[in-house]
Amino acid sequence: METITSIKPLLAVLVSLVAVIPIVASGSKPNLREAWTFLAGIIKFGLVVSMLPLVLNGSVIEYTLIEVLPGLPIQFRVDPMGMLFALVSSSLWIVTSAYSIGYMRGLDEHSQTRYFSFFAVALSATIGVAFSANLFTMYLFYEMLSLATYPLVTHHQDDEARISGRKYLSYILGTSIGLVLPAMLIIYSLTGTLDFAGQGILSIGLSKSTVTVLLLMCVFGFAKAGIMPFHAWLPAAMVAPTPVSALLHAVAVVKVGVFSIFRVITGIFGTDLLLSLNLGTVLCYIAAFTILTASLIALSQDGLKRRLAFSTIGQLSYIILGASLLSPKGQTGGLMHIAMHAFGKITLFMCAGAIFVATGKKYISEMVGIGKRMPVTMTAFLIGSLSVIGLPPTGGFISKWFLVLGTLEADQITMLVVLLGSSLLNAAYFLPVVYRAFFCTPEESLFEDKVQEAPLWCVVPLVLTAIISVGLFFFPQPFFNLARLAIQGLSGG
Amino acid sequence: MSFVEQAPVLIVILPLLSAFLVNMVGLINRRYCLPFAILGIFGSFTASVITLIRIMEHGVIHYRLGGWPPPFGIEYVIDHFNGLVLVTVSFVSLLAVIFSKESIKQELPEKIPQFYTLFVLLVTGLLGMTVTGDAFNLYVLLEISALTGYALIAMGDNKALVASFNYVILGTIGASFYLLGVGHLYIMTGSLNMANLLTILPDLYSLNVIFIALLLILVGTWIKMAFFPMHGWLPNAYTYAPSAAGCLVAPLVTKVSVYIMIRIMLSVFSPLYVYSVVGLSDTIVWMAVIAILSGSILALAQTDFKKMLTYLIVAEVGYMVGGAWLASSSGLTGAILHIVNDALMTLCLFIFAGIVIYKRGGQQLQDLAGLYKKMPITMAAFTVGALSMIGVPPTAGFFSKWYLILGAIDAGKYHFMAALLVSSLVNAILFFRVIEIAYFEPKVDHHGGDSHKVAIDEAPLSMLVPLIIVALSLIVIGLYSGDIVTNIIQHSVPAGL
Repeated sequence: METITSIKPLLAVLVSLVAVIPIVASGSKPNLREAWTFLAGIIKFGLVVSMLPLVLNGSVIEYTLIEVLPGLPIQFRVDPMGMLFALVSSSLWIVTSAYSIGYMRGLDEHSQTRYFSFFAVALSATIGVAFSANLFTMYLFYEMLSLATYPLVTHHQDDEARISGRKYLSYILGTSIGLVLPAMLIIYSLTGTLDFAGQGILSIGLSKSTVTVLLLMCVFGFAKAGIMPFHAWLPAAMVAPTPVSALLHAVAVVKVGVFSIFRVITGIFGTDLLLSLNLGTVLCYIAAFTILTASLIALSQDGLKRRLAFSTIGQLSYIILGASLLSPKGQTGGLMHIAMHAFGKITLFMCAGAIFVATGKKYISEMVGIGKRMPVTMTAFLIGSLSVIGLPPTGGFISKWFLVLGTLEADQITMLVVLLGSSLLNAAYFLPVVYRAFFCTPEESLFEDKVQEAPLWCVVPLVLTAIISVGLFFFPQPFFNLARLAIQGLSGG
Repeated sequence: MSFVEQAPVLIVILPLLSAFLVNMVGLINRRYCLPFAILGIFGSFTASVITLIRIMEHGVIHYRLGGWPPPFGIEYVIDHFNGLVLVTVSFVSLLAVIFSKESIKQELPEKIPQFYTLFVLLVTGLLGMTVTGDAFNLYVLLEISALTGYALIAMGDNKALVASFNYVILGTIGASFYLLGVGHLYIMTGSLNMANLLTILPDLYSLNVIFIALLLILVGTWIKMAFFPMHGWLPNAYTYAPSAAGCLVAPLVTKVSVYIMIRIMLSVFSPLYVYSVVGLSDTIVWMAVIAILSGSILALAQTDFKKMLTYLIVAEVGYMVGGAWLASSSGLTGAILHIVNDALMTLCLFIFAGIVIYKRGGQQLQDLAGLYKKMPITMAAFTVGALSMIGVPPTAGFFSKWYLILGAIDAGKYHFMAALLVSSLVNAILFFRVIEIAYFEPKVDHHGGDSHKVAIDEAPLSMLVPLIIVALSLIVIGLYSGDIVTNIIQHSVPAGL
């Protein structure tokens, strides 16, 4: 495995952070301001893509910024796993930025400059997590992301936003300071390093109870992954403007959570250590509990965004489950699910936002017959649903396929049942929404029989992500190859 | 005799001289006071930086006042540890004196010469305590800084008078304890020179009187640094002091007292004696845990922003005392690093409080409402300070906490680690409460575009610039923690801990 030193990872992280300056400076000229966001988004995506060929060739790109503590640098390392996540988030940022314009202007929201600034900071932090070479760097960007999203979650600045903001910070900061920080320090004290290594760094003959405690501290500490009982911040965060829910609370923030757990499981603890101590099964059951419970709660939610939020909680634990299976196919499936779920779920959120912009409706019970009014949006919603349920012809099918294979490979038949059961539940909470939108008698319909979609800025992005979701079924190679390389790298390194 | 060679004494002499000058020019025109005060402190800062660089190149500096050899004359001994503290103290003083310009004009227009004379004398005292290698000389300077501190605090409103009187009594008791301790040592050894004491004392370690001397000195410094439960004087004194005085005393007085404690532990007694022979570590770390938790909980109960900060100082003192007594090299490193970081964090927050008082005329939490819109730069700087207090990387506060927790793990004192984490969480609650108030209120209508903009209304530059500098320094020092530790602090942490 060849290691290349290049400043590109740093630039990819910094570009959106630097973009905050022109965004704030051109705050009074909205078109120019959004042009900066797009420029930063395209440069960021370009930088990430420019590193893709090298990574696919099996190289690793490294850059050390500064050694803040002896033996503990702020260091970036672009490997297949990080590349996969960076690719997803940086591409979806561009799409979401377009959608943000339609949504924020469509609703004439206040403080848009602040909104776009913190969005850019959040993306810097996300890419920072993706490219972190050690747990310390990851923690730094993880906290940066927590703080940057606070003004976005509380954007409306009303009482509901205030309460949700408190909940958001209490869960996210409380767990990261209370659990991850001490776990990280204990690991550092035990091993003298925090570097992510192919087979982990903790294979130094620790007792099973020590490893178990550290593992649980890490898994629950990264509460952005929404593992129960630390999930309640996510439904609360739905008070944010929908583009925030779409990119951050279906892709960037929550996937930073699962990505961090994935990294810690593979790079700090190591698959072999967890296998030898039989701790993967424990994690599987934790994930399975969250998958089923979240899906059941989602069934009873009438608020569309809340239903999507609980669905996200369940789907995030798919990824955790994939990591915890500790089998190559399961982990490949988990990593791919980061990408597949991202495109599916962001489509669904953007649909929810488009419905809100066009009609002001937030509740599923108010959406009977909306298919006639917004056929494009609801078709995209159907595609997104299929992807999240895991049905062909959508990308979600591919990742779920590998997860199922993983359960067989790891001989975890219970988990196979959980996955299939959850798919049924997913179908049960998504398909009625689509069904009621299209199939109802004219008397039942709450909408006039006239097509009136949301502004183009809203519709085009969600159509795009829906098409990509379908496209990933036929061409999953980019993400599949990255995921496969990542998992190979673990056993080979 | 070049400037560089004389730098150690200039650190103290320059502000002392400027104290006289400030007083005299104040008789002619009070507008001349500030420039002379700034000049004196700036000279001292320059000399401190030069001294620190020289130490990093050539090692410890021994400077004999008037050429008298120790133990008869007074000796200044500057190693990496107090070199670092000197730079911190003079840097913080410099920013505080620049900040004071507008604040004093508003709060104490009649007493400008008196204020600056006392201000510069207090700086002299603090620097002198840090630079000296003589246990009795240290007492003299301790009293100089204490007396000027009482007077500065008493310049506030009526409440400040009572608070200051309280401080006078407790501060004097603290100084007496210290003096008694030093007296014991003098009786037993006939020496007041720290280096000399360090060589004589090992033969006497078995004697109870040495132990009593240590205890007396410890209690003395603890009262001076407001180590819980000896903190009673601090909250009111610092809350009701004039803003500009608060910016000097709050960041520095407690920190210099912590420096003295560590200096006495390492350079008069020895790590062997304090950590192994007397066996006080466990008790004192538990006391630190209680201090941290009590300070945090008391801070939670406050509705006065400045008073909340003062209780946080009480908690932070617990960090440093606990770290110093963990008997682990990471813990001591953390305690020393935290002296620097906490001085800067406290300065950041007190300057912020001063700006709020200047612009809003109050220091209650409610006076902060809507500040993010009105004073975005001030609030950005405050946010950095707040994050540092919480311990979010890459701000400085994270790294000292890192070493302190690492020290706790190394020493197996998990209760200290837990206290630090709880305190971080409480700080998160405290500061996000503040941030929430400043961010949310007054109520805004959430639709209607950017049309109804609140006019930005920042504080004058002489207040804003020090605030920005200290906020930036929190990030820079955070990023360079590794260098500071390896190049400076490591040299002061005794090997084999």
